[in-house]
Amino acid sequence: MSKQPTRVTVNGKAHARIVEARLTLADFLRHELGLTGTHLGCEHGVCGACTVLVDGQSTRACLMFAVQANGREVTTVEGLTPDGGLSVLQQAFVDNHGLQCGFCTPGMLVTLTELLRENPAPSEDEVREALSGNLCRCTGYAGIVKAALDAAQRLRDAAEG
Amino acid sequence: MGAKHFGARVTRLEDPALLSGRGRFVDDVKLAGVLRACFVRSPYAHARLLGIDAKPALAIPGVHAVIAAEDLPDPMRSEAMPMLLPNPSISALCTQHVLARAEVYYVGQPVAVVIADTRYIAEDAAAAVAVQYDALPAVGDCRDAIEDGAPQAHAALGSNVLSTFQLAYGDTDAVFANAPHIFEEEFWQHRGGGMAIETRAVLASHDAATDLLTVWSGTQTPHIGRRMLADLLGRELESIRMIAPDVGGGFGPKAIFYPEEAVIPAAALKLGRPVKWIEDRREHFLCATQERDQYWNVAIAVDAEAKILGVRGRMLHDTGAFVPWGIIMPYIAAATVPGPYVIPAYQLDTMVVLTNKVPTTPVRGAGRPQAVFAMERLLDRVARELQLDRAEVRRKNFIQPEQMPYEVGLIFRDGKPLVYDSGDYPKGQETALAQAEYESFRERQRAALDEGRFIGIGIGNYVEGTGLGPFEGVTVRVMPSGKVAVATGATNQGQGTRTTLSQIVAEQVGCRIEDIVMTIGDTGAIAQGVGAFASRQAVNAGNSALLAGQSVRAQLVALAARMLGVKESDIDLDNGQAIAETGNKPMIGFGELARLAQGIPGVSLPAGQAAGLEHTAYYTPQQAAYCSGTHVAEVEVDAMTGGVKILRYTVAHDSGRVINPLIVDGQVQGGVAHGIGNALFEWMQYDENAQPLTTSFADYLLPMATDVPTCAIAHVETANPLNPLGVKGAGEGGTIPAAAAIIGAIEDALSPFDVHFAETPLTPERIVAALRAASAYEKLFAA
Repeated sequence: MSKQPTRVTVNGKAHARIVEARLTLADFLRHELGLTGTHLGCEHGVCGACTVLVDGQSTRACLMFAVQANGREVTTVEGLTPDGGLSVLQQAFVDNHGLQCGFCTPGMLVTLTELLRENPAPSEDEVREALSGNLCRCTGYAGIVKAALDAAQRLRDAAEG
Repeated sequence: MGAKHFGARVTRLEDPALLSGRGRFVDDVKLAGVLRACFVRSPYAHARLLGIDAKPALAIPGVHAVIAAEDLPDPMRSEAMPMLLPNPSISALCTQHVLARAEVYYVGQPVAVVIADTRYIAEDAAAAVAVQYDALPAVGDCRDAIEDGAPQAHAALGSNVLSTFQLAYGDTDAVFANAPHIFEEEFWQHRGGGMAIETRAVLASHDAATDLLTVWSGTQTPHIGRRMLADLLGRELESIRMIAPDVGGGFGPKAIFYPEEAVIPAAALKLGRPVKWIEDRREHFLCATQERDQYWNVAIAVDAEAKILGVRGRMLHDTGAFVPWGIIMPYIAAATVPGPYVIPAYQLDTMVVLTNKVPTTPVRGAGRPQAVFAMERLLDRVARELQLDRAEVRRKNFIQPEQMPYEVGLIFRDGKPLVYDSGDYPKGQETALAQAEYESFRERQRAALDEGRFIGIGIGNYVEGTGLGPFEGVTVRVMPSGKVAVATGATNQGQGTRTTLSQIVAEQVGCRIEDIVMTIGDTGAIAQGVGAFASRQAVNAGNSALLAGQSVRAQLVALAARMLGVKESDIDLDNGQAIAETGNKPMIGFGELARLAQGIPGVSLPAGQAAGLEHTAYYTPQQAAYCSGTHVAEVEVDAMTGGVKILRYTVAHDSGRVINPLIVDGQVQGGVAHGIGNALFEWMQYDENAQPLTTSFADYLLPMATDVPTCAIAHVETANPLNPLGVKGAGEGGTIPAAAAIIGAIEDALSPFDVHFAETPLTPERIVAALRAASAYEKLFAA
């Protein structure tokens, strides 16, 4: 298999690797960089568990090759986590029972990070629409939706405060 | 007494790690030198296996081995997998070999495994393994399978009927001969899956220095898995450790011990290297067990006032190609039909039929959703025929709370008489109806109709046997650090097991919840275990946690009293300390007590002091714990597209005393989502040759955030009198009556067109077809 040099900045840290052209970005993050917070649930682009930010845009890491991320910035759930604690969104997930098994959760957090950045005051319908690309089998989504709305409120309060 | 945790809305201890990417699922476990596996699977639903040529695969650089049945160690090479839950009505032992020999029985059955440096290479090589098959006639539908001359799902068996059994009481013949009204219906419920977002996963590593084989598996039942693996490998239990680390959802299919869980350890032993296999989603559709898939023909006999006189009928259960868990789903289904109602006579004749599809084993609900669907849809029919309100028909027939304990007249699948321990079914329904504003619904419906919108309401009631034994265990041990170690054979796939058990232990022992160090799903941590299924862990492990916690509390109090020189009654345990106002010093910490109790050479233990500040309890419930509930669904149907929107969903739920309402609400809401999938979306389809047609999330639809409303949930708590905590199970009740309530609501919404539905999933195409058949569009366009 042909190999290509690839430079990717992940969670602010630059990485240079020589990888097979067919290596997915998800496997690169998980197995080359050891960032196992990004999960794979279907590997065909539906479940959204592997969602990461690529140059700020939510992206299926299972549908993208690592070499396509050459020169780009990737943010994973590890990059959304403050040192020694949880972000406002993560804490809202704790407080509103936004997760059960936790497997889809990293993708949910990434998707909602993008949503709250672009729409700081989403309606419930807008939250549900944004989440419609992320499958959760445990929660029935209620806690996730509540967590997103709660986090949006807390972030707005903090911005105004 | 320390802080009160039982019943509190405690946020989960599991969450911070899972939220920050520090969860540890099987594929996150990194071992040096690990090899990756890919299975070669049958593309045929039924075929003779003529030969396997591994040479093309072995020629690929990076391939270490191709292992077929003949390369496996005995006994797994030659013997079929053990069957759990035997039943005398099963006519033939029907379990698979871990790798197929001679014949394959369903698409996806494992035939060989390729071990390579990477998963990418393993997949290339698996495609290069040349397997010769001779296709045999396959049967994909249990109704066809019982016809004369049908293809045999197993060439060697004379019949596709694996089991017939009857559950009955009362004189149904007499009842049906004289009943004023008899209504008969045919029902079908789809085949679907658990579809946990984490697929199955196995990692095995053998340490030659200690001869310990460690297996990480994304399983609900590591202790059972270890036993199965020990049998198949011919190894002693003690030389195997099975660990279920973080597991990304279970829902039943991960309770099964699968061929891959035997083959991967065998490969690791053979190659002397760790081997990992991560299932892909297509494999999950092909090979992870599924459920529902039952055809019912049932009749209800009622008097002129809609009082039930009897229910009788027949049910066909499509079990697929094997019965790894016996016939418990059809059995549970047959025992669940009577539900919360007084039914003087009942008879259900069940036939369990082999087909060339992946086996069925419990999926959230385990036979109960089908039974509740049949019973509730029959009651809807009674209401329609006798022009009564659906809630009123149910009200007339409820078992009353003063009739508890109520003996139904059947034997449940735990071998014990079906005796409801407690419950208030009328109150459950009234609570749900009030919350759903049922009384004013007909006004809402009329107002909607005036706007040309079709809305409807449906009710589903159920009683569910939960908390099945035989037991679960919990060990509590105070550690020299002052923290409290807890180990359990219960497992965690998202149920919050760690949190709920910590609540119980912390309250008993008198420590902070955060100071409990829990080991879950590890056979190395506790000798005996059963695992997660049958909504059993709150009852089994919860009560064990209580009993073990009480014992350790008594030990702490006794030792502290001696050390502080006070009476035991003067000791208070709180925040990890034993406190006595009158003692020779004000307090002594748990750590110091643990050091004493766990032995300091040269220091004798006080007389009567047991070693360790440790206790293991195995609570053994004597029968199932019967929880119950009522669901009310309000839906809007778009008659033009067949689209269904759930406007409002109400649940009244009795799972006994609630340990943590946050977690129970989450279980109910999640269960309802699964039920919505069953009712509207999920449909594992096969063609006439038993070829699976829906093997991706693009073909098999799971409910999305836009499909599942936030439920209004009310707890109607009747304490279970049979266990010390008073709890019942909560994991499956959300799913069980959902399809009944939703389909009932759809039918109600479309009542102007007099269309009726008796199947799930009810897809838009089916709704439009029914409307077309009822000439609904002529009426709509004329209006």
